[in-house]
Amino acid sequence: MAEAAKLQVSDEIAISIQKMNKWYGTFHVLRDIDLTVHRGERIVICGPSGSGKSTLIRCINALEEHQKGSIEVDGTLLSSDLKNIDKIRSEVGMCFQHFNLFPHLTILENCTLAPIWVRKTPKKEAEEIAMHFLEKVKIPDQADKYPGQLSGGQQQRVAIARSLCMRPRIMLFDEPTSALDPEMIKEVLDTMIELAEEGMTMLCVTHEMGFARQVANRVIFMDQGQIVEQNEPEAFFNNPQSPRTQLFLSQILGH
Amino acid sequence: MSTLSDPPKGSFRLSMLLNDTRYRSMTLQVIAAIILVSALGYLYSNLATNLREAGLNISFGFLGSSAGYDINQTLIDYNSQSTNLRAAFVGILNTLLVAFMACITATILGVFAGVLRLSNNWLVRKLMSFYVEIFRNIPVLIWIIIIFTIMTAVMPGPREFRGDEPTASMFMDLFAFTNRGVYTPAPYFTRGFGGGEGSALNWLLALAVLVASFFGARFMTKRANVVQEATGIRPNTLWTNLAIWLLPITVFCLILGLAWDIPVLKGFNFGGGIKIGGPLIALWLALSVYTGAFIAENVRAGIQAVSQGQTEAAAALGIRPRRVMSLVVLPQALRVIIPPLISQYLNITKNSSLAIVVGYADITATLGGITLNQTGRAIECVLLLMLFYLVISLTISTAMNVYNSSMKLKER
Repeated sequence: MAEAAKLQVSDEIAISIQKMNKWYGTFHVLRDIDLTVHRGERIVICGPSGSGKSTLIRCINALEEHQKGSIEVDGTLLSSDLKNIDKIRSEVGMCFQHFNLFPHLTILENCTLAPIWVRKTPKKEAEEIAMHFLEKVKIPDQADKYPGQLSGGQQQRVAIARSLCMRPRIMLFDEPTSALDPEMIKEVLDTMIELAEEGMTMLCVTHEMGFARQVANRVIFMDQGQIVEQNEPEAFFNNPQSPRTQLFLSQILGH
Repeated sequence: MSTLSDPPKGSFRLSMLLNDTRYRSMTLQVIAAIILVSALGYLYSNLATNLREAGLNISFGFLGSSAGYDINQTLIDYNSQSTNLRAAFVGILNTLLVAFMACITATILGVFAGVLRLSNNWLVRKLMSFYVEIFRNIPVLIWIIIIFTIMTAVMPGPREFRGDEPTASMFMDLFAFTNRGVYTPAPYFTRGFGGGEGSALNWLLALAVLVASFFGARFMTKRANVVQEATGIRPNTLWTNLAIWLLPITVFCLILGLAWDIPVLKGFNFGGGIKIGGPLIALWLALSVYTGAFIAENVRAGIQAVSQGQTEAAAALGIRPRRVMSLVVLPQALRVIIPPLISQYLNITKNSSLAIVVGYADITATLGGITLNQTGRAIECVLLLMLFYLVISLTISTAMNVYNSSMKLKER
């Protein structure tokens, strides 16, 4: 799997982050982040709580503002220009830890909202697209229900389908399985693996190391706002270089 | 045969009435009902005894006799020869008028201040907090007095508009702001139906035109939805809607020859036009700004009750902030905003009874004030007052609850 995955990575650059810095007030959250992501690459970002990994991926679609350095997504420079932000957000999908489905809309309406209002898709067509992706995440029969009627795993899969309806070229995942019961984690990870196999460019903040081994072609370890170490999964897990990474891995793999 | 699931058949003991969950609530209700009925019975017999000893009786005959007092602001024809019942109706209409006006302005003010209190602009945010904290923390009675005092002390009297060198002048020669109130031009139709210039038929027709415009605009919105569903692109409805609202009523007014009766100074006071009395203005403004501050807090709470994650998820999908507000945040915020809004409307209606301090003739001032004092029918008047406020409050609350259940979200 890992070998096959690497073949799909192209030379085309999807995301390029250079010398990016971010502060919350006086607190320096991200320090000199340099990161280049190629099209088709799957990256898993891990690290202790508060290391800035969520903040990093939230900067990529401008949910958080960065103060210094540059972020370029598909050749579009992320600036305060609303046009650029709109362009980037329509190409980058995102899934959250707490799903953030719209509770007042049905599953189908959740999926068609953005295509209708952002992509100006006719309703019928938007519903066809939505059903296509709901089938892909294996819950087409829940289309007319409300998010509150679904289990956590189902909700997260709807959230993935909702993002896919916008036909993104890049997907960001912010701890997608952290709020789920153990038996629901698998159904969400399976969906993500399927997505990876289709060649989607993915950045995933997660502590699912099995997922990282199976899917990622690069694992990034962050601590105190810095990228401490990055490597291919085998090398990363079997032969971590920095002492901080070794400590982290021994703690999460130790039990 | 007895199975394990059969309940144990214990014999009934008297203590179970209080200790057993099956009987406890019923016991308590019976006790409460007995206490309530005996308290009411005691009060009634007390009232009957005292009335008998004082040689009084309960009778509503006074409503038919002549009231014998004047009212400065009336919506229907009234003079001192009219009956007490008609005076009460004048009061009811005045109460409804000020309550209705205050509900509308308080809602506009409240929504405005509530949304702006969440603004990113520091100055705007602080100004709105200042407004909210100042107005909701000082009793409304004091606000009524303050506004009324400012109006009577600062505004010029009608005599200052007189003479060769008047110290005050009319605003654009149309409006006169005096310490007795505001005089505005009154519209009338020169070629109206029904002969007389002030015929109510013309106004009903004007209203009908506006209602027709309303349905026209609704139709256009529905059509826009259909077009959007079919093609994906929502047609711009702003100009067509403006035209639908403005054109018919303008044509209507032109045909019927709309004209304005402009107030002019006659002797010691202004004549013509419409007089909006100072007390009404003071009461209306005070109720609006006071209740508006509470509504602002309800609106802010409603918007903040929608989690940040909702806005983020919508933003991440590329939805623009204005649409995020109307498609995602507001539908969820309204269910938090509407129930306390009902209480605020009820508060406005009941607080309007403070009208008496500035001499505005609402129901409390007419029926509960002058009529009560002149006829001495205290019990009857207060009973009628209570009944009136109860009916109005229940009506508002029912109407708003219907609206609330139509806005309530289905989530499962």
